[in-house]
Amino acid sequence: MALSRLSSRSNTFLKPAITALHSPIRRHVSTDTSPITIETAVPFTSHLCESPSRSVESSSEEILAFFRDMARMRRMEIAADCLYKAKLIRGFCHLYDGQEALAVGMEAAITKKDAIITSYRDHCTFIGRGGKLVDAFSELMGRKTGCSNGKGGSMHFYKKDASFYGGHGIVGAQIPLGCGLAFAQKYNKDEAVTFVLYGDGAANQGQLFEALNIAALWDLPAILVCENNHYGMGTATWRSAKSPAYFKRGDYVPGLKVDGMDALAVKQACKFAKEHALKNGPIILEMDTYRYHGHSMSDPGSTYRTRDEISGVREVRDPIERVRKLLLSHDIATEKELKDMEKEIRKEVDDAVAQAKESPVPDSSELFTNMYVKDCGVESFGADRKALKVTLP
Amino acid sequence: MAALLGRSCRKLGFLSSGHGARRSVSTETGKSLNLYSAINQALHIALDSDPRSYVFGEDVGFGGVFRCTTGLAERFGKNRVFNTPLCEQGIVGFGIGLAAMGNRAIVEIQFADYIYPAFDQIVNEAAKFRYRSGNQFNCGGLTIRAPYGAVGHGGHYHSQSPEAFFCHVPGIKVVIPRSPREAKGLLLSCIRDPNPVVFFEPKWLYRQAVEEVPEHDYMIPLSEAEVIREGNDITLVGWGAQLTIMEQACLEAEKEGISCELIDLKTLLPWDKETVEASVKKTGRLLISHEAPITGGFGAEISATILERCFLKLEAPVTRVCGLDTPFPLVFEPFYMPTKNKILDAIKTTVNY
Repeated sequence: MALSRLSSRSNTFLKPAITALHSPIRRHVSTDTSPITIETAVPFTSHLCESPSRSVESSSEEILAFFRDMARMRRMEIAADCLYKAKLIRGFCHLYDGQEALAVGMEAAITKKDAIITSYRDHCTFIGRGGKLVDAFSELMGRKTGCSNGKGGSMHFYKKDASFYGGHGIVGAQIPLGCGLAFAQKYNKDEAVTFVLYGDGAANQGQLFEALNIAALWDLPAILVCENNHYGMGTATWRSAKSPAYFKRGDYVPGLKVDGMDALAVKQACKFAKEHALKNGPIILEMDTYRYHGHSMSDPGSTYRTRDEISGVREVRDPIERVRKLLLSHDIATEKELKDMEKEIRKEVDDAVAQAKESPVPDSSELFTNMYVKDCGVESFGADRKALKVTLP
Repeated sequence: MAALLGRSCRKLGFLSSGHGARRSVSTETGKSLNLYSAINQALHIALDSDPRSYVFGEDVGFGGVFRCTTGLAERFGKNRVFNTPLCEQGIVGFGIGLAAMGNRAIVEIQFADYIYPAFDQIVNEAAKFRYRSGNQFNCGGLTIRAPYGAVGHGGHYHSQSPEAFFCHVPGIKVVIPRSPREAKGLLLSCIRDPNPVVFFEPKWLYRQAVEEVPEHDYMIPLSEAEVIREGNDITLVGWGAQLTIMEQACLEAEKEGISCELIDLKTLLPWDKETVEASVKKTGRLLISHEAPITGGFGAEISATILERCFLKLEAPVTRVCGLDTPFPLVFEPFYMPTKNKILDAIKTTVNY
C-alpha cells in the first residue's frame, strides 16, 4: 500500500510533499492503541444518576475500527435495499442506515458475554456481534446458509455464540424477554449484562413498564436502550408520547440521554451503564438517533417527514462522516486511505452478496423441523387424507 | 369522492338489513373499486351517518398502511379520526370504554398478527361486558378491523389468520368479507350491529380484488352465508381470500364433470349452520378450506356440526384442506398454503370415496 502511494497514479488530492513523507513508513493506522481522549459534542442528560464524563478514552485503532465497521454496515444496508428492489429479498426488510453508531459504539464497551436483544431492525446489530456478511445476506434471501438457516428472514437474525438473542417481529415483545435474560445472568453470577434494545414506538407498550418494574424490583442487570429515531413508523414521537423524554419514563429507574449518532458517546454511555447495571440494577439509555430509510422497504419514508429533514441530518449528524472528520483531524488516516478502505468494504460486501446468491434454498423438509424438540412428529393431512407423519431426527 | 358520497348517502338514508338489501346489492352496478377503497367508502359513510363514531388505531391519520382510512381525518377532523400510540391492548381497551358510553368505536389493529396483546381485552372484557353486567352496560359499538391472511411474502408476523381464536369466544362476532362489494356492506353491518365485532380483511385482496361497488349506503346481513356457486356433487365452504382459490378449483373440477357448490360463510361467529346443512344434505359431501393451520382451525367446528346434523346424508368423510401445522413460514409459504391443486385433489378423492 505504501508503494502504491509512491506511484505516479497517486491521488491528486494529496500534496506531493506528504506523499513523500509518508511513503516509506506506514503510519500507525490500525495498530496504535495508545489512548486518545475525545470530548463528545453533546453532553449527556441524566435522570436519577450521575452523568458520565464527556471525555471519552479511545485509541486510533478503535476509531478506525468504528469507521470500518460503520462503513461496512452502511454498505450492507444499501446492498440490501438494492436486493429488495430486485426482489431477491422478499418479505419485510427494515434498514438501519443512519443508526450504525449505536451498534458499533455499544460493541466497543462490552464483551461477547454480555447479551443483546433487539427488535426487527437487527442487521447491523448482528454484524456488530461478529456476524458475517455472507450469513446476513443468505438469511435475507432465505438461503440455507443464513444465520437462522433461512427460516427467519430479515427480522430474525440470531447468533448464539455471541449472545445475540435476535431479531423480534412483535414490537416490544423482546423487552420482558431481555429482562429474563438479565435475571439468568444475575442468577448464574455471570458478571454480564443484557442490553435490551427497543424503539420509540415500542416505548408505549405496556409490557415495557411491566418488565421495568420487575427488573427494578429484583435489581436485574438489564440495560434498556431506547433507539429513539423519532418516528414509530409514520408517527412522530410528539404525536405518540405524552412524555418523549424516554430516558425519564422509567420513573424510579435511572436514565441517560445520549447522542446516538456519536459512536464515542454511545461507547461511553454503554460502559457507564454496564458498571451501573452490575452494581445497582436497571438503567435506561435513550439514544437520540435517526434512520434515513423509511420504516421498512415498503415505506418511502417521506410521507411523514420532509426530504429536507432527512438530508439535513445526513449533512450535519451522519455518524460515519463524524468519525471520518475525527480521523482526519487527528491525523490517524488520510482521505485517500479512508476512501480505499471504503472501496475495499464495497468489494467485500459485493463478494458476500455474490456468495449468498449462490447458496441453496433450505430443503422443503425444513418446513417441519424445529417446531418441537425431536421425537414429536408433525401430522399433516395430504390430499388423499392419509396422515403424513414427519418424525424429526 | 368523499364529498360526493356524503351528499348522496344522506338522501338515501339507511337500508334495513334483510334479504331485500342483499338482493338489490348483488344486481346493482356501481363504481369499480378495490378492497381498500370499498372499505374506505364504508368508513366514510359510517362516520358521516353517525356523528358519534370514531376511527382510531396506529397510523390511521395519514390513511393507514393499506390506505383504508384515506381522507377520513381531513373530512371528519382529528377529534374523530386519530392515531394512537403503539399499544394494541390499550387501543382495544380504550375502544371498549368508548363503546360502553354509547359511541361507535372503529378500532384498527394494523395487522391481525399484532392482535394478541389485545386478546385479553377482547375475550375478557368486550365479549363478557353485557353478560356480566346483566345488560346494564355493553360495548356493542365496538368494531375491530384487522388485515389478515397471506400476502405472498409476509412471513411469520404479517400473514397470520387468527380467526379460530376469536370464534371460540361467545359474546363477539367474527366477520370476514370475500370481495370489495361484500366488504363495504358487511363492514357497515358490523359497525351498526349492537354487538362487538372483529372484522378481518384479507390483505391480499386490498389491491388485487376489483369489483363494481354501489356508491350508496347499503348493508349486508350478518350470520347469513351465501351460496356463490351452485352444484350437486360436493359442498365447499370457505371465507375471505381463500374463496378465490376454491373457485378456481371448482372450475377445474367442472372440467372433470364434478359439480361443486361453493358457500361463502361471511360471518364465522355466529355462523349460518342452516345454509351449510341444507347444501350438504343436497350434495352429501363437504370440503372446508382455510389458510389457518388445520388443527383447531374453524374448519373443525364446521366439520363437527355438519357431522351431527347430516350424518346419514354424508357420502364421504368431511375434508379439510388447510394450512399446515407449522408457524406461517417465510420461504416455504407455497408449501404451507392450501393451494388450488390441493383442493382439487381433495375434491376428487372425496367424490370418488
